[in-house]
Amino acid sequence: MRNLYSRAVKFAAMTMTDIARESGHRAGFCDCEYKILGEYIMSELFKVSSNPHIRSRATTNGLMLAVIIALMPAAGFGIYNFGPRAIAVILVTIISTVLTEFLFGLYKCGKNRPQEKETRSGEKSVSGMEQVSLVKTIFEKTTITDLSAVVTGLLLALNLPVTMPLWMAALGGVFAILVVKMLFGGLGQNFMNPALAARCFLLLSFPTAMTAFDCDIYTGATPLAALKAGEQVDTLNMFIGRTAGTIGETSVIALLIGACFLILMGVIDFRIPGSYIGTFILFVIIFGGHGFDPVYLAAQISGGGLMLGAFFMATDYVTRPITIKGQYVFGIFLGLMTGIFRIFGPGAEGVSYAIILGNLLVPLIEKFTKPTAFGYRKGGKHGEK
Amino acid sequence: MAKLTFVGGIHPYDGKDLSKDKPIQDVLPGEVLVYPLSQHIGAPAKAIVAKGDRVLVGQKIAESGGFVSAPIHASVSGTVKTIEPRRVATGDMVMSIIVENDGQYEEVEFGPPRATLAQMNREEIVGAIREAGIVGMGGAGFPTHVKLSPKEPDKIEYIIVNCAECEPYLTSDYRRMLEEPEKLVGGLKVMLKLFPNAQGILAVEDNKPDCIARLRHLTEEEGKISVKALKTKYPQGGERQLIYAVTNRRINSTMLPADVGCVVNNVDTVVAIYRAVMEGRPLMERIVTVTGNAVAHPANFRVRIGTSYNKILEAAGGFRGKPEKVICGGPMMGFAMFGLEVPSTKTATALLALSKDEVSAMEPGPCINCGRCVEVCPGRLIPSRLADYVEHFDEKAFMEYQGMECCECGCCSYVCPAKRPLTQQIKSMRKIQLAKRKK
Repeated sequence: MRNLYSRAVKFAAMTMTDIARESGHRAGFCDCEYKILGEYIMSELFKVSSNPHIRSRATTNGLMLAVIIALMPAAGFGIYNFGPRAIAVILVTIISTVLTEFLFGLYKCGKNRPQEKETRSGEKSVSGMEQVSLVKTIFEKTTITDLSAVVTGLLLALNLPVTMPLWMAALGGVFAILVVKMLFGGLGQNFMNPALAARCFLLLSFPTAMTAFDCDIYTGATPLAALKAGEQVDTLNMFIGRTAGTIGETSVIALLIGACFLILMGVIDFRIPGSYIGTFILFVIIFGGHGFDPVYLAAQISGGGLMLGAFFMATDYVTRPITIKGQYVFGIFLGLMTGIFRIFGPGAEGVSYAIILGNLLVPLIEKFTKPTAFGYRKGGKHGEK
Repeated sequence: MAKLTFVGGIHPYDGKDLSKDKPIQDVLPGEVLVYPLSQHIGAPAKAIVAKGDRVLVGQKIAESGGFVSAPIHASVSGTVKTIEPRRVATGDMVMSIIVENDGQYEEVEFGPPRATLAQMNREEIVGAIREAGIVGMGGAGFPTHVKLSPKEPDKIEYIIVNCAECEPYLTSDYRRMLEEPEKLVGGLKVMLKLFPNAQGILAVEDNKPDCIARLRHLTEEEGKISVKALKTKYPQGGERQLIYAVTNRRINSTMLPADVGCVVNNVDTVVAIYRAVMEGRPLMERIVTVTGNAVAHPANFRVRIGTSYNKILEAAGGFRGKPEKVICGGPMMGFAMFGLEVPSTKTATALLALSKDEVSAMEPGPCINCGRCVEVCPGRLIPSRLADYVEHFDEKAFMEYQGMECCECGCCSYVCPAKRPLTQQIKSMRKIQLAKRKK
């Protein structure tokens, strides 16, 4: 009950600040506030807060869960395609990302503990209770419950070849969460997609392991590398996913099922994937050297990480522009960069680097695509209509 | 044909079924009525009665305190008990006239009904509206006679009656349109008389097809009046969004509707204009919806202004269960109240009691940059960034990102998956800036 009152009083103070500012009584605002609190503190109170008083059902966890569900077809196909070792890679990366986030939270929690003890020093409580509440605080302080670490881990796993040594996969998970996400302030503060940054980190640190696509089932180059070497590829197999590659990137159909789910759920939209893939197709037609060749185009679209990147990595909320115009610009930039990397670059792949590069440009893109407020007129009030 | 609407907006649970089929009933106003002197935007009214005076129904008890102000009339007969500061729904203490009801409801003479509209000139009509104390009854409370006196009346092309009622749960305008559509159309005709070059538009959201049919039938013969159906979406009834939907003209926060040749008035206001001009009756009552899942019998009431919310709630059968939150107005833009012992005013559209407070039940998390707030913002702003600037008290960036254009509709807070209080943050900064401007 005491808790409820203190909460109501807190809200009251907040709203009073609002009102005091509105009426412009800045000097008298304190009196007003205390009077209200004094008057109501002992009486029956309703909760008070600023408008609006209703909220939609969407939550951060819900969105993350939707992404996890949407990645399930791709992960499932990866396991079916590459065998049980894929499960091990997926589990290891997820465990390493979640554990890193948990431990980091614990460390931060530990740093804050002395202060908490001070405030509690007056209260005598049973040690068992203390422990329960400590565990509770840890879970509240650490952010693993928002599921974002699971998403990062899963995405990273889908970006790794199945033959990857497990310790490298785990290291990637630690890098993604610790360096890219938590050190920059945690959820919502990272400037690069953590999973992709970790993939690039692994690609630079362990190039052989990261490009070893030879496994029991498939030998030889990925279809994209074969395409680059001028060989024929089977586009139907590429669409279904029966080719060499990373765990999650091979099956276009599985990725599209997940993408459709996300679009239907309203989690992502067509702006970035559409402008990204559209620009990429145009680029390939113009500079690919094959002109408008449907087979070559289909192979370029289905091959490599384009589908995974366009629908699941480029659309990552935190690292894409928030402005609507900016999202188109971002998509077009990614399409151009991917085209340049794939066609003019030394390797066959380009999606990861294109997206990472795009992530870095987001603040700039946002700055130049700042929306104009509704009804805004240049030159003041009576400008052109 | 594409439906008339604006870009952005949300579709919250509308809850209108609770009270939409309940005909308007009268409420007994109780023993004591409180008339706050500031029920409108602008200078507070000045009391012209003193303690101990006897007042009658319809008697003016306070006169305007300036041009942008409005007089206040007694809605019951009785004795002035005292004049003292009282708490109003917004939480403020406002100087109020307190009248003890004698239960006689003795009326002043309202004067003979006006002969015909044709015989009245502009000054007479605006004068009657000013004397009747009419203010915008949709919530803002801007004195109506000021709205009806733009610098160039000839340039007004559209008189829009805001029948959108886009706030969830509210049904007072809906009932008014169903039960007294003649008065609504009559009030619009009065306004059309003021603006010779204007055409009248009744803008109704398409979730009220019965109202649209009714009003269309009534205005069949009227050349200058049309009924337009709007897409059902919040905040369709916001002034800027409404003007855009109906006329495709845009205004910003520094402009008035008259700047693009429009005048916008709410349903209740237009009916009040009709009664003031055609029947000579001042503004003494309004329709209040009492609803929410914590109200025993949700209903619509004709309330004498000044009646305590306790009395209005009693008429609806009191609470069902224990309410956690009581709101004056709708759930998107209304004010949460501490208690019920506050008077209803000219701008009180509803009393909403909710058994659960969704806001305090959800802990705000970090922004994940999802961009939902940007997509729904009818002002085309970036609410999450603005809120960020408020958190760091970066006034310059706040102004650069046009934070002052926010209309405080609440869409951004509503959709935020991280449950951040975006509207509240932007609102508080806007108030600081507005206070600075005044200095």
